[in-house]
Amino acid sequence: MTEDRETTLEVVGRPTARVDGTDKVTGRARFVSDVAVPGMLETRILRSPLPHARIRGIDVSRARAVPGVAAVLTGADLDGLDPYYGVAYKDQPLLAIGRVRYEGEPVAAVAASDAVAAEAALERIEVDYDPLPAVTTLDEALAPGAPLVHERLRPAGHFRDLRALRPVEGTNICHHVRRTRGDGARGLQRAEVVVEDVFTFPAVQHVSLESFVSIARWDGDRLTVWSGTQHPFPVRKELSEIFGVPAHRIRVIAPLIGGAFGQKCYAKYEPLAAALARAAGAPVRVWVSVTDAFRTLTRHPARIHMRTGATRDGRLVARVVRAWLDTGAYADVGPRVAGKVAYLSIGPYRWEHLDVEAFAVYTHRVPAGAFRGYGAPQAEWAGESQLNRLAAELGIDPTELRLRNLLGQGEPYDPTDRPIDGDLPALLRAAARGVGWETPPRPGRGRGVAVGVKDGGGAHSVSASLVRLHADGTATVHVGSVEMGQGPRTVMAQITAETLGLPLEGISVQEPDTDLVPYDQGSSASRSTALAGTAVHRAALDVRRQLLEIARRFFEAPPDVVTLAGGAARAGGRIATYAELIAYHFGTPGGELIGRGEFHSGERDPGAPGPTAFWELGAAAAEVEVDAETGAVRVCAYASATDAGRAINPQLCEAQDQGAAVQGLGHTLFEEVRIEGGQVQNAGLIDYRVPLADDLPPTFTAALHQDGGGPGPFGAKGVGEIGIVMPAPAVAGAVAAATGARVRDLPLTPERVWRALRAADGA
Amino acid sequence: MEAQGASARPVVEISLTVNGRPHTLAVEPRETLLDLLRMRLGLTGAKLSCDVQVCGACTVLVDGLPVSACTYLAYEARGRQVLTIEGLADGEGLHPLQQAFIDHAAFQCGYCTPGMILAAKALLDEIPRPTTDEIKHYLRGNICRCTGYKKILEAVLAAAETMASRHG
Ligand code: FES
Ligand code: FES
Repeated sequence: MTEDRETTLEVVGRPTARVDGTDKVTGRARFVSDVAVPGMLETRILRSPLPHARIRGIDVSRARAVPGVAAVLTGADLDGLDPYYGVAYKDQPLLAIGRVRYEGEPVAAVAASDAVAAEAALERIEVDYDPLPAVTTLDEALAPGAPLVHERLRPAGHFRDLRALRPVEGTNICHHVRRTRGDGARGLQRAEVVVEDVFTFPAVQHVSLESFVSIARWDGDRLTVWSGTQHPFPVRKELSEIFGVPAHRIRVIAPLIGGAFGQKCYAKYEPLAAALARAAGAPVRVWVSVTDAFRTLTRHPARIHMRTGATRDGRLVARVVRAWLDTGAYADVGPRVAGKVAYLSIGPYRWEHLDVEAFAVYTHRVPAGAFRGYGAPQAEWAGESQLNRLAAELGIDPTELRLRNLLGQGEPYDPTDRPIDGDLPALLRAAARGVGWETPPRPGRGRGVAVGVKDGGGAHSVSASLVRLHADGTATVHVGSVEMGQGPRTVMAQITAETLGLPLEGISVQEPDTDLVPYDQGSSASRSTALAGTAVHRAALDVRRQLLEIARRFFEAPPDVVTLAGGAARAGGRIATYAELIAYHFGTPGGELIGRGEFHSGERDPGAPGPTAFWELGAAAAEVEVDAETGAVRVCAYASATDAGRAINPQLCEAQDQGAAVQGLGHTLFEEVRIEGGQVQNAGLIDYRVPLADDLPPTFTAALHQDGGGPGPFGAKGVGEIGIVMPAPAVAGAVAAATGARVRDLPLTPERVWRALRAADGA
Repeated sequence: MEAQGASARPVVEISLTVNGRPHTLAVEPRETLLDLLRMRLGLTGAKLSCDVQVCGACTVLVDGLPVSACTYLAYEARGRQVLTIEGLADGEGLHPLQQAFIDHAAFQCGYCTPGMILAAKALLDEIPRPTTDEIKHYLRGNICRCTGYKKILEAVLAAAETMASRHG
C-alpha cells in the first residue's frame, strides 16, 4: 500500500473525543440490552447441578402449563437442527443432549411473556439425572483410564490454523503443540545455571458489566439476531450451519456492547435464542445474568512446568516448557490458546535451544475460552517470573538481565515469523524509570519488572470496508468492527477524516450489521484499528483517488496540483466543495462516491515470514509493600509502557493500557473462579472480587511509545491486550524483591504470600 | 401460587417524580425501581448488571441519595424524587460531570457510566472538593471493568473544579 501524500496529520494522533461520548454520558447510548423488539419474550435457562451425568429424562409438562409460557425446549427438542457448535470442534450442544458435562450447562430453556412467568416455569421442570464419574482437575483428566469428556470429536473447520488439530486419541487432550529449536535438553545440560518451577494460573472471569444478551426473531425463513457479540460474521456462519439457513437470510446486528474482553467471541447464546424464537413463534431475548456468565466461560487455568538455563554472566541459553491448559467441557478456542502458550512461553529473547509443548485438556468444568490476550498472561506469568528468579540467583538486576537478552527491533522472534517490530529495551527502560528504578526503594518495599509480547491481530483474518461519500460531502463508513468500549467507531471516523480531508462531524460509522457492512472476521486479538482499520483506510483512499480524478477534470488541472482538505478540493487558487464535485461528476446534485477496501492476512508478499500481523509489545514495573503479619500485598506504584506503533487516538490507546493493567492486577492479587468438585464456588459479584476504584495504585502511569512500526494505517498497531500480561510477573517479582518470598501460584492472596514468607524465612 | 399468570398478579398504585415529571403507576410488590424505569418509562440509562447491589451500574438518585435500583423496590420510591442519567443534563447543556467524563475519556464501553456519574454527583453534592482518596472510597460501590478507574478519578476531580469555579 502506498500512502499518496506525506503531510502533517490533522486528525490522527490528535486529542479527539469519542464519537459515542455524548450518547454514553446522557443515557442515550443504545446497548444490546436496551434493544426492545416488539413482542419480544423473556427467557430463562435451567442449568445442570452436576458436573457429569446422564440425563434419564426431563418432564416439562408442568412448565408448559404455566400461563404466559410460549416454549420450553430441551435437548430432545432440537430435531431438524445440527445442534452442535464450537470454533475448534463442534462439541457443544446448544442444550445438553442426553448428557451434561459441567455444572451450569444449559439443560432446558423457557420463553415466556415475562421473566416472572419464565422463572415460574423453570421451577416446574423436572430432570432425572444419573450421576457419572467426573474429571474436574487436570490431574484427574490426565490420569490413565480417566473417563473421557468426549468420545468423538468433530473438527469445525472454521479457521485455517485450527484445521491442524492434534488431539491425543483415547485421552482428554484435544490438542497439543510442540515447538523446538536446537536441543532443549542438551541446552539445559550445558547451561551453567538452571532454574525450574511449576507455575499455575487460575480460572478468571471477564465480568463484562453487560452480560450475554442475544435477541432472535424469525420472519418466515429469515433470521435476525441482535447480539452482544465481538464476531457478527462468525456467529452468522455458525447459525447458518446449525439451522441450515444460507448466510443471506441471516442478519446479525451488534449494537453497543457493555464490555466483552473476549467473552463474547464466536457463538455463545445466539443459537439458543434462535432455537427458542423458532419454537415460540415469537422474538425472544436471552439475557444471561452476570452470575451465570461464570457458568458460561472463564480464562483457561494453566499449569506450566518450566526450566530455563543461562550462563553465569546472564546469557540465556535454553528453555524447556510443558504447559497444560484446562479447557473445560467444551474446547471453544482452547486449541488456539495452547498454541499461544507454546509460542509465547518462549519470550522475546535470544535462545539457542528451545523445547516447548502445550496441551489443551478437556475436564468436566465450565468451558474456558477467549479472554484478553489469551495464552499470553499464562505463558508470561511463568516465563517472566522465571527470569525474575534467575536474575536473583545470578545476582543480576532483573532489568539488566533482560536487556542483555532481549530481541531488538528487526530481530526474529521465530525464524518463520515477522521480526520484532518495536523497541523492547526502550519500553523496559521507560517502565523501570516509571517507578524510580534508578534509586533504591524505601525499606520494606520491593520492585519488579516484566516484559510482555503477544502476536497481535490473529492469524489468517479478513476485513473489508466501504466508505461512501454522499452528495452533500459527508461520509458513512461501513465496517464490521464492534464497539465494546475500545473505540473503533471513533478511530475509523478519524482514519476516514484524515484520508478524505473531512471534519469528524461529517462522518458516521455504521453499526455492525451483517446485512449492511462487508465481511469482518471480528473484533478480537487487538485487530480492529490495525487490520479492519487498514480496510477502512484503503476504502477512504479509493474515494480519495476518485475525488482527485474528478477534481482534475473539474479544474482541468494536472493531478499533482489538486489538494483535498476541509471538505473541498483546491487547485491554483480555485476551490470546489466535494458536493460540487459529486454534482459535476454525475451531472445532477445526487449520487455518491463509493470506495472499497480490504485487508487479508494472506496478502503480504509470499516471502514475508509467518502469520503474525504485528507484535504487541510492552513492559511494566511495580513497587509493592508486603504486610509481614498478614501477607497482604499493596501495590504502591505501577508503570507500564506500550508500543502503539502510531496512536490514531492516543487517549484511547492509553485507556486500553490502563484498563488492561488494572484487569491484570485483578488476577494478580485476588481474582480466581474457585471450582471444587466441578462446582463453581464463587459465581457472581458478591463472591468474586474484581478491582474497585480504591484498588488503583497511588502511582499509576501508562506511557505510549510510537515508533510507527505497525502494519496498520499511519503505522498503527493494536494495543488492547498487552497491558494485561505484565502485572502478575512484575508484582510477584516485586514481592520477592521486598521479602524473598516467591509465589508461583496466582492470585497472590495474603495466605499464599504469608506461606511463602514462612518458607523463605525457613530457608 | 400455582399457575401464577403474567397478568393475574396483584398491583398497587404509586406516585413518584422522575427527572422532574410526576408519574402515577400501578406496580407489582416485587417490581424493582430499575424495571419500572427501564421497562415502563423507557428510561434505559440505568443499567442492569450484577443484580445484587454490588456493581452500581443501576445507580440512580432518590431524593438526592444514590440507590441501587436493581434491588430498590419501585414501591419504596412512592412520593419521592428520582433522578436518572437522562435527567442530569440541562437541556442540551451537559452537566460538568458529563462533560468531564467526555474530556477525560472516563469510559470505554460506557455501561457503568450512568451509574458512575450519578454516584459522583451524589459525592460532589456532599463533598464539593473531594480528595482523590475520598473519590476512590466513595466510588467503591461502582465497578468499572474497562477503564481501570484512573481516568474516572481525573474526570471527577476536574468536574469538581469546574463546579466550584461556577459557584464562585
Ligand atoms: S445491577 Fe444494581 S448494583 Fe449491580
Ligand atoms: S466503561 Fe465499561 S464498565 Fe466502565
